[in-house]
Amino acid sequence: MSSASPRRRVLPGFGLTLGFTLLYLSLIVLVPLSTLALRTASMGWGPFWATVTSPRVLASYRLTFGASLAAAALNGVFGLVVAWVLARHRFPGQKVMDALVDLPFALPTAVAGIALTSLYSPNGWFGRPLEAMGLKVAFTPLGIVVALTFIGLPFVVRTLQPVIEDLDVEVEEAAASLGAGRRQTFAHVILPALFPAWLTGFALAFARALGEYGSVVFIAGNMPMRTEITSLLIITKLEQYDYAGATAIAVVMLVASFLLLGAINRLQSWASRRGAAA
Amino acid sequence: MRRALTEPPLVRGALLAVALVFLAIFLVMPLVAVFAQALEKGFGAYLTALREPDAWAAIRLTLLTAAIAVPMNLAFGLAASWAIAKFEFPGKGTLLTLIDLPFAVSPVISGMIFVLLFGRQGLLGPFLGAHDVKVIFAVPGIVLATVFVTFPFVARELVPVMQALGNEEEEAARVLGAGGWQIFFRVTLPNVKWGVLYGVILCNARAMGEFGAVSVVSGHIRGLTNTIPLHVEILYNEYNFQAAFAVASLLAFLALVTLLAKSVVEWRSGRAARPEAPVREAA
Repeated sequence: MSSASPRRRVLPGFGLTLGFTLLYLSLIVLVPLSTLALRTASMGWGPFWATVTSPRVLASYRLTFGASLAAAALNGVFGLVVAWVLARHRFPGQKVMDALVDLPFALPTAVAGIALTSLYSPNGWFGRPLEAMGLKVAFTPLGIVVALTFIGLPFVVRTLQPVIEDLDVEVEEAAASLGAGRRQTFAHVILPALFPAWLTGFALAFARALGEYGSVVFIAGNMPMRTEITSLLIITKLEQYDYAGATAIAVVMLVASFLLLGAINRLQSWASRRGAAA
Repeated sequence: MRRALTEPPLVRGALLAVALVFLAIFLVMPLVAVFAQALEKGFGAYLTALREPDAWAAIRLTLLTAAIAVPMNLAFGLAASWAIAKFEFPGKGTLLTLIDLPFAVSPVISGMIFVLLFGRQGLLGPFLGAHDVKVIFAVPGIVLATVFVTFPFVARELVPVMQALGNEEEEAARVLGAGGWQIFFRVTLPNVKWGVLYGVILCNARAMGEFGAVSVVSGHIRGLTNTIPLHVEILYNEYNFQAAFAVASLLAFLALVTLLAKSVVEWRSGRAARPEAPVREAA
């Protein structure tokens, strides 16, 4: 739009709304978040490094990142199938299924946590048959993967679904008329078009899983070095009034999360450029 | 021609089966489990668990928290989207990034920053102690943490809606002599009402269901600083499973209502109006 700023300012309320926005943003978000930086700065590099690389903390990173990656991968595979089916198929109950995909956004994490734990505990509906097969899920890292899969499910589906719906059918028709089979069309035409969105959804699910707490603490068992996620370790330190230790670990997780979201932003602009070029 | 555009029937069937089984295992069964366990000992026991005074206190606190957090973030969302959508100013991109910031902060860290600020050994701890003001392990901390985690919901919903609508109608109203508030209430608000409702629904769901952030600042004092999710945790950790699931069923019910309301708003506002691709007609 080429309208000059005086014309734009025809409307009133700029000072009031921007002023309120900045004040509220500062009070609720910026000032509280800056305490993290202040605490860290007052800590010194030596103690900081010692805290964030202690064996128990390292074990929690391995578990948190590993389980988050596994859950995002599961969602990457099954989320693609779900998104494809919701976008391209017609079946009874589809509207309900479509709405239900957002359940992990709407269901409080604590409720998801106790529900999954009861399903997968040794005498639960899923846990009993799985245990008979020699597979323990609740109170093992596998249980954490289950909880994180639940939490991340909507991300892959919801980033892929509109892209699949917007796929240009003419391109598929062209591929088919040039003699490509459905499998070839899928591998060489459809998948490359979906890849940026798929990777975005995968990264979003991964980022969400890294910080997850509520759904995991119930099913994890929370044994130090084995099933203790990083978020729980932060809470443990806070409860021992070890504010410095909690802050140090939180800063590491926050930096990881910011880096990841920066990468996702780039991915999304790549994906939308790809979409525009197609 | 058409055959080449859809998968063979066998593949279609297999894909549908995989999708449905996956959704059934990960979404439907947990939901069923909540209600099944809540009603495990009959409807009488279910009601008894909900009538318990501590459960009532938790319900009241959750309602109070949402009743403060949602209107605050609604007011912020309206102000921010008015400033961002109606005017040009430098630093707009940065402002949008900062508004989304709470989504990038994990729940536990969201609660923790308020402990660092207001806790006993926090920055303002000595000052608050001297004036006998309690924020952490008290209701104000719970409200603050909730406001923080639900901060972006309304704003990020409304900014794109208002940007897409443009300024023409408001400017016309201005030229015709309408005042600022008049323009806002008579022109802008009716145009963005579905966006507002959508943001409020999502904001409310998160405000009532937040666990991690609230857990850090609450102190888990029964009957005083327990919200519904925290009360569920306490009951569960006391092996009082039936009561835990009974109280949790309230939140599960809230989630279902949220999904329903969200679908209705999407339908009414045409937000999910997905272009009908010809290939889908063939399905």
